[in-house]
Amino acid sequence: MIFEKNATEMAAALDKGEISAVELTKAHLDRIAEVDGDVKAFLFVDHEGALAQAKDVDQRRKSGEKLSPLAGVPLALKDVLVQQGVPTTCGSKMLEGWRPPYDATVVSRLKAAGVIILGKTNMDEFAMGSSTENSAYFPTHNPWDLTRIPGGSGGGSSASLAAFEAPLAIGTDTGGSIRQPAAVTGTVGVKPTYGGVSRYGLVAFSSSLDQAGPCARTVLDAAYLHEVIGGYDPMDSTSINAPIPPVVEAAKSASVKGMKIGVIKELQGDGYQAGVLKRFNEALEELSMLGAEIVEVSCPHFDYALAAYYLIAPSECSSNLARFDAMRYGIRVGEGSAEEVMNATRELGFGKEVKRRIILGTYALSSGYYDAYYGSAQKVRTLISRDFESAFAKADVLVSPTAPTTAFKIGEKSNDPIAMYLNDIATIPTNLAGVCGISVPSGLADEDGLPAGFQIMAGAMKDDRLYQVGGALEAALNSKWGAPILSKAPKLGAK
Amino acid sequence: MSKISREDVANLARLARIEMTAEELDHLSTELSVILDAVARVQEVAEKDVPPTSHPLPITNVFRADENRPSLTPEQALSGAPAQEEQRFKVPQILGEE
Repeated sequence: MIFEKNATEMAAALDKGEISAVELTKAHLDRIAEVDGDVKAFLFVDHEGALAQAKDVDQRRKSGEKLSPLAGVPLALKDVLVQQGVPTTCGSKMLEGWRPPYDATVVSRLKAAGVIILGKTNMDEFAMGSSTENSAYFPTHNPWDLTRIPGGSGGGSSASLAAFEAPLAIGTDTGGSIRQPAAVTGTVGVKPTYGGVSRYGLVAFSSSLDQAGPCARTVLDAAYLHEVIGGYDPMDSTSINAPIPPVVEAAKSASVKGMKIGVIKELQGDGYQAGVLKRFNEALEELSMLGAEIVEVSCPHFDYALAAYYLIAPSECSSNLARFDAMRYGIRVGEGSAEEVMNATRELGFGKEVKRRIILGTYALSSGYYDAYYGSAQKVRTLISRDFESAFAKADVLVSPTAPTTAFKIGEKSNDPIAMYLNDIATIPTNLAGVCGISVPSGLADEDGLPAGFQIMAGAMKDDRLYQVGGALEAALNSKWGAPILSKAPKLGAK
Repeated sequence: MSKISREDVANLARLARIEMTAEELDHLSTELSVILDAVARVQEVAEKDVPPTSHPLPITNVFRADENRPSLTPEQALSGAPAQEEQRFKVPQILGEE
């Protein structure tokens, strides 16, 4: 079936005229209609908008216009990025019914490249969570096992890829929200260098950590998408004014011969599932056989990363989410003064986890506690950056399992915030330091037959190395398995 | 053990402009104490001589040229407003009664 192809294969078929963008878009809309009742990856499917965009791409191709490599290929967009006229909720009741009046830079770049936006994907409310259970609308189900979580916060995006509802997706990663969902669904997810992809139009959760990035079923597909959305944007004052690293070239070359790969001592052992570690170590052997040198590195302050993150992110969120004041957009409930209306609206509009983090952040920033909590967390952030610096002096890339476990059951951890937070233990350091990371599938864990992820991290603006090592590992493992990992997933919709 | 009382949470909720139910206040005061105990370990390594990092990029002020650019029309800007009047956001009373 066409929807089972990779984005690159779809692009080639479009280029050769074997299929039109309208036909390809319809095939995906049909697929969504067939399986999304079970998977629930989408909050909104934009039938009309997607078909209109596809028609336009077909016309431009017909007229001989030179199109970008992904023109006509469909994509699923995380609902935290605004798209003009299309409902954008961030998985929250606060924004129910809101249609933004402008496009995020990521969205305008996708449109300019002719990438077809199929709709908006489900997520933990305001991107706070690791399971997509915090969506105010419904949980998303992991296509590998519908009783399990698809990761979070970008679980709709990862599930849409694994369910073959879209070959490409956009995620955002504040503490692992692209990489952990990729790991537990057997897909590929990249958190670019902080400032590598514009945040303009990305609804802010924690501004010094948030980063949008590409999600796909292959490393090369992710690289092509990275090239579309990346690069300097004057509308984001934290955007880096430098060329996008050569990610497509790196994904194609995919050679690790002579590279030094550093295994982080602190990101394994206790708390990591045996099957996840087993696949991780086997992947390391593959890289070693390809000619990479494996070294062990120590990042002693990574043990404090989770604690620092759960002070910094809530602190920034308590400030960022103050904008939801019931005055200019979003819902408004209650009677009386502006303050009373605000209090009532925020009580109704925000879910449990969002309130928990706003209160925690308000506490950590309040006078008398600021130095002990937020201030100390900022110092840990410095120590973690220093750990990265000394590790990158010894290795070209650093590696770890992406998430400590495979996908857990829906509902299993929803009443234990601390257990939930532990899902991000291996992904958070990257965000705190502003460096980049990718998750590629490492195989299925023996205990449960569910996908595990292999994380590769590189220094700031060294994103090409993620694709180089990720591409090499993907090729080696695919040839070992005889087929991509998703071919082993249960078939959905074939009823 | 950090002690966050119910009154502390009520005060934080007031500052954050969230009208919480009695049940939420009870629940959060227990939960926050547990979470704060877990995150307080940052204090173990936050020595005096370590400078804080607030942001991964070493940037200070970013300026752009002061020139006219296309922007939202008033209709677009008001399109999501819960209430509007005469091309303005209509809000509930902000100041107390005279």
